[in-house]
Amino acid sequence: MAKPLPPKERMKIPRQAMPEQEAAVRARNFGEVNLGLEVVAAETEAQRCLSCADPKCVGGCPVGVKIKDFVELVLAGDYLKAAAKIREDNVLPAVTGRVCPQENQCEGACIMGKRFSSLAIGNLERFVADYERQSGQIGLPERAPSTGKKVAIVGSGPAGLSCAGDLALQGHQVTVFEALHEIGGVLLYGIPEFRLPKDIVRGEIENMKKMGIDFQTNVVVGKSMTIDELFDEEAFDAVFIATGAGLPQFLDIPGEHFGGVYSANEFLTRVNLMKAYDSEHYDQPVYDCRDRNVAVVGGGNTAMDSVRSAMRLGAKNAYIIYRRSEEEMPARKEEVHHAKDEGVEFMNLHNPIEFIGDERGVLTGVKLIKMELGEPDDSGRRRPKPIEGSEFEMPLDVAIIAVGTGANPLVQSTTPDMATNKWGYIVADEKSLRTNKRGVFAGGDIVSGAATVILAMGAGRTAARSINDFLRTGEW
Amino acid sequence: MFPIVEARPLARDVKLFRIHAPRVAKKRQAGQFVILRIAEHGERIPLTIADSDDEGNITIIVQGVGKTTKWLNTLETGDSILDVVGPLGEESEIDTFGTVVIIGGGVGTAIAYPTAVAMKKAGNHVISIVGSRNRELLILEDEMRATSDELCIMTDDGSHGEKGFVTEKLQQVIDRGAPIARVLAIGPVPMMRAVAERTRPHAIKTIVSLNPIMVDGTGMCGGCRVLVGGKSRFACVDGPEFDAHQVDFEVLIQRNRLYKQQETESLARFEKEQCEA
Ligand SMILES: Cc1cc2nc3c(=O)[nH]c(=O)nc-3n(C[C@H](O)[C@H](O)[C@H](O)COP(=O)(O)OP(=O)(O)OC[C@H]3O[C@@H](n4cnc5c(N)ncnc54)[C@H](O)[C@@H]3O)c2cc1C
Ligand SMILES: Cc1cc2nc3c(=O)[nH]c(=O)nc-3n(C[C@H](O)[C@H](O)[C@H](O)COP(=O)(O)OP(=O)(O)OC[C@H]3O[C@@H](n4cnc5c(N)ncnc54)[C@H](O)[C@@H]3O)c2cc1C
Ligand code: SF4
Ligand code: SF4
Ligand code: FES
Ligand SMILES: [Mg+2]
Repeated sequence: MAKPLPPKERMKIPRQAMPEQEAAVRARNFGEVNLGLEVVAAETEAQRCLSCADPKCVGGCPVGVKIKDFVELVLAGDYLKAAAKIREDNVLPAVTGRVCPQENQCEGACIMGKRFSSLAIGNLERFVADYERQSGQIGLPERAPSTGKKVAIVGSGPAGLSCAGDLALQGHQVTVFEALHEIGGVLLYGIPEFRLPKDIVRGEIENMKKMGIDFQTNVVVGKSMTIDELFDEEAFDAVFIATGAGLPQFLDIPGEHFGGVYSANEFLTRVNLMKAYDSEHYDQPVYDCRDRNVAVVGGGNTAMDSVRSAMRLGAKNAYIIYRRSEEEMPARKEEVHHAKDEGVEFMNLHNPIEFIGDERGVLTGVKLIKMELGEPDDSGRRRPKPIEGSEFEMPLDVAIIAVGTGANPLVQSTTPDMATNKWGYIVADEKSLRTNKRGVFAGGDIVSGAATVILAMGAGRTAARSINDFLRTGEW
Repeated sequence: MFPIVEARPLARDVKLFRIHAPRVAKKRQAGQFVILRIAEHGERIPLTIADSDDEGNITIIVQGVGKTTKWLNTLETGDSILDVVGPLGEESEIDTFGTVVIIGGGVGTAIAYPTAVAMKKAGNHVISIVGSRNRELLILEDEMRATSDELCIMTDDGSHGEKGFVTEKLQQVIDRGAPIARVLAIGPVPMMRAVAERTRPHAIKTIVSLNPIMVDGTGMCGGCRVLVGGKSRFACVDGPEFDAHQVDFEVLIQRNRLYKQQETESLARFEKEQCEA
């Protein structure tokens, strides 16, 4: 146990670096990049916290993790209690510690960041969660006595999982329906192993099974059954829709059908969910990237995950093609740095206008146009515009489109009396996450549009609270 | 796990399976398919639901062409399949159209069969033309006969029915001059393309069931995109049936070749393992 230092001393301690696999090595394997803080580093980092009377960090976390309290428990050496403290607000700390865009959230709000560098909250969160998992002493919370009420959850991403967990604790009987053959949503099929080992996700799901939650994979709601049938034929009392924003967007430029042009969803699904990276043992193929030129179009987390996966599949050159500048990139800063260290080349202020292929219909190149930044748009980011006459071609074997996703219409189109907005997302009341259809709630990316893991989890919690109210009072 | 309640060979390399999948059986309509994964290390492949019963079983008919389908065809009654999801895709458009010509080539006959049944039930005059390379490869002859007002069998070598291609028979039917309300053609892509070219000059509405490479089957990956009327459509959710006169068959053929190398290697590995076992 480390003893608290006076504030002046604390400020002198530098932010503890996250140990990582060496860039040249990790760029060719799928093992986790960040290795996790050692105990000493974690203690030292925890000592940097000023234990603010008004901790700004908490306000920066979308679910209000009691950061100051858990960091104090780290300092006290009580890692299990620290983990339990986080779990009061966040059921997947080993996940969020790894993937939250902390710089815009908790760490962005940390007072230390004003003059020095912010506390490494994400790294500490990961540290205690990993400690808890490795200790095998995950304190499964007590379940309330059975209420006899049944809740169906559609989709098993972070929104669905956190809602399921909270409702199970309230004593409701929870069934999660998932279209794919494995549970976890984007945590499983999207975010790669080198950033979020799948064993962590699976471990959390095992815990949830122990809490009595029933998981049914291979069920596509809207096809295998409708929302109405969940009520009428399967006797559910409430439904939470958490189907995510999984519809891939393409660029709508000529040549997009050429072999070698992928949506990021397809590429990542093949690589992560279907484990195409281990082609000796798994059957689902992925286009051979070895010694090829691969470019990913986009600047978000999905783009970084795709380009770094391509690198690991043996790409000779791996490019990011992004139409704005690095400053506007929505990806977590850490991913951008990691990608650069691994040798990814960034072609910012470029936009594809046409894919080029050969007579066999296979991609051979891309035509790009250079961009410059103009006036800020609605989002406050400067709008990119093409520089006339700057077009040029470059050779390319694989192109991965990661320019965003939309709402998959399967559930909505078979539930015509549920309101959606003009982009097809489900309309839900902000506070209660109720839709306009009695007993039906919705949250996560399918309501907000593509966002973050922690926001989806927050939505799951809100929905659980509101579903619980509905089930207890019967009032809509 | 989805238990196989019956497995029975229909022809060389073609096997019929009845699989217990109650949720799928309850909902499925003609034209829809499932995606299955045999076991943990397997890939996801789409197969049409040929039939279903009241006990919660679905029927699939599988032609062994590569690793996964050949592996599947080694399974027997009592074995099980790890993942079966469905029903996927849009159902066939069924109505009382009048005279409907249903063309099945090879294992395409299995895909066309449930739609033929539904068309007949809806009161259409069903003319079926089924083709295969030879007698040994022909499937579902009795079933197709039972659901058709007229059945024509075509083999490439003349070992059964008439010698020739299904398109030649189709031309004869067109030439008879009686109005044809629509044609449904399912089989190898070159066959479907040839059918489309025969019906185009007569402006006979022609539907084909496309078989692009799929992964999830829910509209999430876009890998199954096909060019129809110059627009990109996802066959797993917008199809698999499309207006044949709008389909860009060349793109479909090209995209279906994308993993040829990996598929060949995978099959070679599988066959070696089979030999050793
Ligand atoms: C590649 C990638 C990287 C990302 N990186 C980060 C990151 O570093 N940090 C971060 O905070 N966020 C990141 N995100 C965003 C984050 O993952 C999402 O915002 C979050 O997962 C949304 O959670 P959700 O529960 O709403 O939906 P999802 O995680 O999308 O889960 C939805 C689930 O519902 C299932 N489903 C869909 N339709 C049906 C149906 N009809 N029936 C049954 N099941 C259905 C889907 O198969 C899926 O499993 C990333 C996203 C991607 C794609
Ligand atoms: C909607 C639909 C319904 C189908 N119904 C039937 C059916 O009822 N009976 C039947 O025998 N076959 C059917 N098929 C075709 C069947 O899916 C393929 O033959 C099978 O996937 C081949 O896999 P493989 O590993 O055995 O062969 P491989 O050697 O891997 O592939 C052989 C060829 O099959 C195609 N193929 C490969 N992987 C896929 C995939 N994941 N999805 C789709 N096509 C692929 C490619 O064109 C490839 O060149 C259907 C296909 C679709 C799209
Ligand atoms: S959940 Fe995310 S935002 Fe909240 S404290 Fe943890 S890392 Fe920070
Ligand atoms: S704002 Fe920063 S320094 Fe203050 S309590 Fe939170 S983490 Fe500690
Ligand atoms: S198979 Fe993925 S979108 Fe159709
Ligand atoms: Mg295969």
